[in-house]
Formats: sequence, C-alpha cells, structure tokens
Amino acid sequence: MRRAPEPHSRSSLLARLDTPLWRGVLIAAALAVSGAFLLETFYFLRDATLPQWLLALLAIAWGVGGVMLLFTLASYLVEQFPATWKRRLIPILFVGPAVAVVVGYLALPTLRTLIASFYDANGQQFVGLANYVYAFSSREMLISFRNNFFFWLTFGTSFSLILGLIVAVMADRTHPVFEKIVKAIIFMPMAISMVGASVIWKFVYEFRPAGAPQIGLLNALVTAMGGDPTPWLLRQPWNNLFLVFIFVWLQTGFAMVVFSAAIKNVPADILEAGRIDGANEVQVFFHITLPTIKGTVLTVGTTIVLGTLKIFDVVQSMTGGNYGTQVIANVQYTQMFRQFNFGRASAVAIVLLLVVLPIMLYNLRDFSKRTEAF
Amino acid sequence: MSSAAPTRSLSRTGQKSHVKPGVIVVYAILIFLTFIWITPTIGLLISSVRPADAVSTSGWWTVLTNPGEAEFTLDNYRIALGIETGGRKYANVNLLSALVNTIAVAVPSTIIPILIAAAAAYGFAWIRFPGRRWLFILIVGLMSVPLQVSLIPVLRDYIKVGLNGTYLGVWLAHTGFGLPLAVYLLYNYVSTIPRDIFESAFIDGATHFTIFTRLILPLSTPALASFAVFQFLWTWNDLLVALVFLSADAGTQVLTQRLLGLMGSFGQDWHLLTAGAFISMILPLTVFFLLQRYFVRGLTAGSVKQ
Repeated sequence: MRRAPEPHSRSSLLARLDTPLWRGVLIAAALAVSGAFLLETFYFLRDATLPQWLLALLAIAWGVGGVMLLFTLASYLVEQFPATWKRRLIPILFVGPAVAVVVGYLALPTLRTLIASFYDANGQQFVGLANYVYAFSSREMLISFRNNFFFWLTFGTSFSLILGLIVAVMADRTHPVFEKIVKAIIFMPMAISMVGASVIWKFVYEFRPAGAPQIGLLNALVTAMGGDPTPWLLRQPWNNLFLVFIFVWLQTGFAMVVFSAAIKNVPADILEAGRIDGANEVQVFFHITLPTIKGTVLTVGTTIVLGTLKIFDVVQSMTGGNYGTQVIANVQYTQMFRQFNFGRASAVAIVLLLVVLPIMLYNLRDFSKRTEAF
Repeated sequence: MSSAAPTRSLSRTGQKSHVKPGVIVVYAILIFLTFIWITPTIGLLISSVRPADAVSTSGWWTVLTNPGEAEFTLDNYRIALGIETGGRKYANVNLLSALVNTIAVAVPSTIIPILIAAAAAYGFAWIRFPGRRWLFILIVGLMSVPLQVSLIPVLRDYIKVGLNGTYLGVWLAHTGFGLPLAVYLLYNYVSTIPRDIFESAFIDGATHFTIFTRLILPLSTPALASFAVFQFLWTWNDLLVALVFLSADAGTQVLTQRLLGLMGSFGQDWHLLTAGAFISMILPLTVFFLLQRYFVRGLTAGSVKQ
C-alpha cells in the first residue's frame, strides 16, 4: 500500500519526460557529448606516447566505433522528430555522409585545384596561364606525355587486355584443376603493391658489369646466351617498356578474371551453332565470343586506361622518373613536394583531369541512359 | 544399352571436338605464361631466405641448379623487422612498426567507407527524396576523377586543422577516394534486394535504421565482402595517399613508404629488400586467397551483366 505510489509517480515522471521532444534533446546531448569525446580522444591518440601496437589498436577501435556510434545516435535523434520532419531528415541521415565526404574530398578540391592552377607557387599571385604553359611545354611534361600515352596507355592497356583474353579463352578449354591453378597464379600479383612489385622486378632487371656474376634473372639469361649484360632501366626509351611490363604483370590477372566470367556466360548453343556451321576456333572467337563480351572488354579497358594515365607508384619506386621515364602523376608529385610549387602541381593535376574527362563523360552518359527510370 | 552407348559416345566426341585441336599448344602457352608470371615472385621468396653474401654474389636460381651448396636463413627477416639489428647500418630499418602502422591505416580505411557507402546505397535505392537522381549522378561522375586532383587542397585543409600525419586524416582520405566506387557497387547490389523482404518489417513499424542494420547489411554480405577485399588491398598497397598525408617521420610510415625508402638507401642490400617486400605481401596475399571468391564476384558484378 505504501510502496505503490512511489513507482507510480516515478513512472509518470519518466512518462512525462518520454516525449519525442525530450528524447530528441537527450539524444542531441548524447550526440554532442560523444562528438566532444571523440574529438578529445583524437587529440589524445594523436599526441599520446603509448606502445605502438596499443595505439594502433585504440585508433582502429576509435575510428570504426566512432562512425558507428555517431550513426546510431543520429538515427535515434531523427526518429524523435514528427513524421513530416522525419521524412526530410532520413535521406540526409543515410545519404548525407557519403555526399558530404565525396563533395569535400573530390568535388570541391577539384574546383580549388582548378583555381590554384592560375596562381603562383604559393597561391598568392594570379599568374594567368603561366602554369599551363609549363604543363604543356616543359621538357619533363613533354616526356611524360610521350610516356603516358605511347608507352603506358598504348602498350600497358593492350598487353594487359590481350594477355588477359588469351589466358581467359585458353584456360577455359583446359582441365578444371589446371584452369584454377593457372588463374590463381596469373591473378596473384593483383594482391601485391606496386612498390612490392617494383622490388621483385628491380631484382629481375638487376645489372652487374660484364664479368661479374649476374644476380638479376634477365641479365643472367642474356649472358648465359653469350650476350653482354644490359642496364635495362637506363636504356632510353626502352626502359619505359620494362616499367610497363610490371604494370602488365599486375593487371593481366584482373582482365583475365573478368573476361573469364564473361566468356563462361556466352550461350553455349550459339557457340555450338557456329561450330556446326564449320567455323574453326579462331573464327568462333572473333565472330561469336568477342562480339558477345565486347561490353566487358570496354569496361575493363576503361579501368586499365585510367590506371595507366594515373600511374605513379611503379615509376616513383623504380626510377623516380629519371632516365626518360617521367610520367604526369610523378611530375605533379615532384612539383608539389620537391619544388613546393602548388600552382604548377595544380595545373599538372588539371591536365590529368582533362585527359580522363572523356572517360568520365562517357561513364555519365552511359549511366543516365541505363537509369531513365531511376 | 545398345541404344544408349552410341548417344553417349556421340556427345563425348561432340564435347571433345572443341577441346582437341591444338590442345597441346594451349597447355604449352598457358604453362609458359604461368611460368613467367610466377618466376619473379619465387625469386623474391628464395632470395629473402638466403644469407646476405649469397644473395649478392650468386643468382637465386643457383639454389635450384646447385642445391648442395644452398644455405637458408631467417636473419633477413629478423633484421628487416628490427628484431635483430644486424649491425649499425641496419639499425633503423624496423619494418615491424611500419607493419603495425599499415594495419592501423588499412583496417579503418576499409570499414569506414563501407559503412558510409552501404548507408548511402540503401538511401539511394529505397528512400524516395528530391534530388536523389542528381546526387547519385554526382557520385558516379566523380568515380573516375583522379585522386591526384584532390591532394593539394585536402593537404592544405589538413595542415590547417592538424589532421596532417594522423591516422584519421588518412582514413578520411581513403574513404573519400574510395567512396564513389563503393556507393556505386553497393547500390547495384542493394537495389536488387526484393522489396517484399522488408515490406513486412515496415508494416510492423520498423525504422529505416533497423531495416538497414538488421536486414540490408546481413543480406548484402557478399557485396560488402567483395568490396572490403577490394578496398583493403587498395589501402594496404597504396603509396601516394600515404606519401602525401602521412608525415615522413618513421613513427607513422606505412610499409610501402618504408619499402620505397629502403630501395633508396639500401638499394644494393637485396637480402633486406626481398625480405621487406615479402613482409609487405604476406597479409594482402592471405586475405586475397582466403576471400578470392568474394573478390572475383565483386570484380565481375558490374561488368558481366547482360
């Protein structure tokens, strides 16, 4: 009898507090507190002197947990609003973070780089097109254009695509176990960084003067056959091809896997019909298989073309852009971090953007055609 | 019996007719290519376990051609990881700390964009709101923008707010650069989930958040996993973003940065470089082979659709 009113009054107090408004206020407060907490922990983690592995572990938990916490709290907050507001806020909750990140890291920076490309090294003085004059006429940029378009784009893309196609088509006709092993080996370099691959290939291209024992595979082969050892990475302009081959080594597996999946999707009855009509395997490939997977070849080709235009790691770690192997992305990096010329680096970046612009526009057109009903 | 036999043999010859011609040539070409593809990596592995003088005086293949004289050691790995100093020259190689840093960079750089992208994919696929199409077109349009274009402005902001050289800065950068592709791929998957699966949850009064975390995320596991492998390999193997946003001091450097540094300063110490390169390859190769199925599915998701 005596106890009864107490829980009752407590629950009524809770009930009074449990309105959408109050819940919203509480969640907002929780959001603010956790935001402040995350910020403080960020400063702590940045400046802390803990054992490194512990710091790394804490950082991972902080980063991943922080994003989950903020998202969960924010969605509770949104749920407290009346229906009309909720309808407006929910899209922001789900799509907002992605749009904000993409705008902040890609859209706005692109505009700012465009503006910076018309200013001097420190971004103080408007210099008009001076940086673009540099970007289109300096020696290193002209070498870069030659290398990017002729060596990287032409050879890198066509070698990767052709080798990928060859392996995909041929492996399809072999014993399933053999096919699996071949594909795994060709695909494996995909998991290796370009820097790691550079160590591997630098070792293959290693040069020792004639007479000394060659520890690089390529020169060992050449000398074993009676030739003179060659400093492969110094021989202009062919050294570009040796760099391109590293890229091909990394990319062929990617092309092969996608082509292989596409080839297995080519309807068997069409192939059979072609064979019954007397077409040989080469004809079947060029008249049936290839036209059917044309779209896939185009997609993979686009990806690899983009990769060749942006190529950086291989050149940076193999030659640093010396000996006539300079590429656009490496010029930008050098201008930014060795010359500290933000204006020129920005102009070079914009040149890179102009080069990939057709691919971007094609992507967009293709997308809006496919999603009329979106 | 007598009627079944001919049909069977007919179908068998029918199958074999497109296997037979040049089948030896096919095997020969494939074996040749596979041999070329794997030899450099095998050379790296063998060199990484040979003593330092052996690596610099004879080719790694002598281990195979002359196995009697072959010696093996794990010293290269001990020196590269900084467990053993190997003399003053190698005192600051210490790839172990770079390995820890790389994990600290790559794991959140994989999980954060997936969370954000999955939420966005759900929003674009299943919530109607004005401007939906235009925002999605914006994201698709930014998919092929080279990240080089963003580096300078983002770096300037980072310096202003103190994000430069921090894990958070790199995570956010990887998130920003990987997000368009992630949203696009996950949208393709999430939009194909039949609506009736979560219709009843809606009728029961479930919120979008509940549906997203309880239904959409579990149902999208294959797509999430395939993108996760993708993004993990990408962030683990990245050099450019690390060079720009992580400071040059050894405390925060990742493996690719350290390896690049080793190539510069220890260019002739092949025992060290090969061990270092292999250390940087172990984890991505493991992840890659364990989750290869998902990875391949992710690769072929968009491009093989007919």
